[in-house]
Amino acid sequence: MNCKDAQSLIDGYVDGELDLVKNLDIEKHLQECALCSQGYKNQQSLRDAIRGGPFYFKPPAELRGRIEQSLRTAAKAEASPRVLPWRWLSVAAPVAAAAVVVLALVPLLQGPSADELLSREVIASHVRSLMANHLADVPSSDEHTVKPWFNGKLDFSPPVPDLADKGFPLVGGRLDYLDQKPVAALIYRRQKHFINLFVWPSPGSPESATKSVTRQGYHVLHWTGSGMTYWAVSDLEANQLREFSQLIQNQT
Amino acid sequence: MPHLDAAYNLARWLTRNDDDAQDMVQEAYLRAFKFFDDFRGVDGRPWLLTIVRNTCYTWLQQHRAHDMTTFDEEAHTTEGDTLDPATLVLRSDDHRLLRQSLEELPVEFREVVALRDLEGFSYKEIAEIANVPVGTVMSRLARARERLKHSLCNRLKEKH
Repeated sequence: MNCKDAQSLIDGYVDGELDLVKNLDIEKHLQECALCSQGYKNQQSLRDAIRGGPFYFKPPAELRGRIEQSLRTAAKAEASPRVLPWRWLSVAAPVAAAAVVVLALVPLLQGPSADELLSREVIASHVRSLMANHLADVPSSDEHTVKPWFNGKLDFSPPVPDLADKGFPLVGGRLDYLDQKPVAALIYRRQKHFINLFVWPSPGSPESATKSVTRQGYHVLHWTGSGMTYWAVSDLEANQLREFSQLIQNQT
Repeated sequence: MPHLDAAYNLARWLTRNDDDAQDMVQEAYLRAFKFFDDFRGVDGRPWLLTIVRNTCYTWLQQHRAHDMTTFDEEAHTTEGDTLDPATLVLRSDDHRLLRQSLEELPVEFREVVALRDLEGFSYKEIAEIANVPVGTVMSRLARARERLKHSLCNRLKEKH
């Protein structure tokens, strides 16, 4: 190896990106050539100065909140109903007609239902949990590890059924925040698909049958039972998610 | 919020401005959220940084076109051939000079240095983020460091 070859490989060598043969070649050359050896040392001290220096910019503290806010706004904008043209109509029309129109449109003007908004929140939470490499606060397939983990973090104890032998192994648990309260998130898996099951108490609300929503390719199932509200969300096939919810309901 | 530090650091090095970097990162997260379906099963950090990088480039082309002197890879291939035997000694108070030299680099060079030396990505990962061949990553890094050494040496000479 001559100096010109060595020069062209020195960056790859400093970065540990050369194959073994080239590595040995260049090391041999560096031992023999003072000039290239000096060049290598310069390269190293430059790299160390960049790595060790105060050159990594930290985001300002408020940026995180700002981004979370804009993500929420974006999610809501998608949900907002088209009220403006109708308002125009009610103003332009004769009073009596307007009254009828307005009355008929009251549900529309109220915007999406609580369930619909919540289902969006549930999907957003599911997506975030996968995006953030933060699926589980307590990664464990053992219900007896996951269930006690919630003690002291929530004022209720969520049921954590073991469905491993039914093909839905437990992945772990996580604290999440939905419907303006801290909730338990249980993560199950079917093959490569993750399921987030959100649970929180809803004392007094009647048992309700399972409702389903599909949005952005995600299926969402929602039911209440034994004083708890359940929301299950996944990109799993709809009938498989339904099977999952049936299994949960049988065990809770 | 995953990888926020990495996203901000890259955007800040590409835009060279705090406020613009914040806008870029915010927009990148919105895009990431929208295109989340495309990314399942991929390591999140390079994916997110690709979005940050593309967001910054689009913005730079619109607002800082004069900064974007597109770099002719071929025209500069002889630049690194000169041997520079002078010893490069950096003291801790030379950080300011090094920062100036880094900030003066063309954007393609700032990008590879930030991704390699500050984020620790492999050449292959950088190639994917910057959408160039691995060989180009290596030659850009070599030329970026060559420039850094030159401008740093000049600054050190001026100072002493």
